[in-house]
Amino acid sequence: MRVKVDLNVCQGHGVCHMSAPDVFELSPEDGHSIVIVDPVPSELEADARLGVESCPERAISAETGSG
Amino acid sequence: MRIVVIGASLAGVRTVQALRRAGSEAHITLVDAHHEVACDRPPLSKKFLSNSAAAPIPVATSAQLHEMDVELVLGRRATDLDVGARSVGLHGGGRLGYDALVVASGSTPRTAPGLEPRPGVHVLRTAEHAAALRAGLAGAARTVIVGGGFIGSEVASTARGMGCDVTIVEPLPTLMVRGLGPVLGEVLTRRHAAAGVDLRLGIGVAGIEGRDLVEGVRLADGSLIAADQVVLGLGTTPEVAWLADAGLQLRDGLVCDEHLAAVGTDGVYAAGDVARWWHPRYGEHVRVEHWTNAVEQALVVAANLAGTPTVYDAPPYVWSDQLGSRLQVVGRVRPQDDVRFVHGGPGEERFVAVTGGDGSLQSVVGFGAVRELMPYRKLLVEGATWAAALDLAGIPA
Repeated sequence: MRVKVDLNVCQGHGVCHMSAPDVFELSPEDGHSIVIVDPVPSELEADARLGVESCPERAISAETGSG
Repeated sequence: MRIVVIGASLAGVRTVQALRRAGSEAHITLVDAHHEVACDRPPLSKKFLSNSAAAPIPVATSAQLHEMDVELVLGRRATDLDVGARSVGLHGGGRLGYDALVVASGSTPRTAPGLEPRPGVHVLRTAEHAAALRAGLAGAARTVIVGGGFIGSEVASTARGMGCDVTIVEPLPTLMVRGLGPVLGEVLTRRHAAAGVDLRLGIGVAGIEGRDLVEGVRLADGSLIAADQVVLGLGTTPEVAWLADAGLQLRDGLVCDEHLAAVGTDGVYAAGDVARWWHPRYGEHVRVEHWTNAVEQALVVAANLAGTPTVYDAPPYVWSDQLGSRLQVVGRVRPQDDVRFVHGGPGEERFVAVTGGDGSLQSVVGFGAVRELMPYRKLLVEGATWAAALDLAGIPA
């Protein structure tokens, strides 16, 4: 699984980081979300999925596949 | 397996999506009294009001739900539940049988005698409500908001940003006192006052004046505030009337256990505004009306239906966009708890405050400080002591 944050949409709620701190970091400059694992290791997939789901701006997308 | 979900809004739709993602092959029926799947509500009190070009965004489209092989029954209100026969009655006749039922019927805006919606008197729940209010605000109407809670404060902030004259009437002494407690509520109140919101606190409303058009709001002391429109921000009531004869426990919501399963029956779950569930962290039943709560509870219900027993014990989270900054509250601010500013201060533009009592950290509140709030949020989730929170901030206990 790979996750991607659309920085034009991200508003820096930080909910993804709350849900999945090992997948999403917050930028020190503007609080925008940064994906820190790519691809997402299988043991973090559930957390990453929660991060995707919990984004109030729908700024995060997930791609599942061979990765 | 037949799964029936009552409520095609955030909690119901997210439950369905999570079930399919988990590989559920159940026959799923999604029912709602409205004729459309609900839209995402947080923007309705924020940028939707100030941007005339903004369109409501549905939680999911009908096409997306059909693609997931979900049967949509829209425009039909659920009228009753028979847990013995495992069926739900629908308005206009007919019953839906279920093996598992998800109650996600949400809540509706509260009204009071004399404080009911009519032309020029708005409540805010649906896209239609928001569109009507937006039209009034675009005409720079003098707006009186009855209720200084979450919705009232947010609408006031948005309306001020659009240049409208705004008054908030609130019987309690500060804005958002239930969500923020008296100390932080006072901080928010001062900011609204500085932004030019006319605040009438500690006083009730006697009624709305004007026959066809709204002319003003009469306060309990007899004074009149002239107004072109009124917004009722009186909170919401959970939609449980249809469950009245089901024999389930109803107490300002449907009473559930820590798995969000309704108490006293099998195979009935609740998610979102309507659920009053046993919160292990707090040792009491709680009901939460926020967006994140609906999203997370949907995932928990779907996991439980898919055979992975899951407890929901996250501290509540809510955000609000007010006066150009993001307000964030994690946990519960209890009125009696201590409040300490751990980043910035009450007079500064950005701050983080923690609240606590009985030796434990209870909440973290940030204003314009998303990143600075995070370490304290982590402590809160871990169940940290009050001393640990103060220690992180370098404050002597």
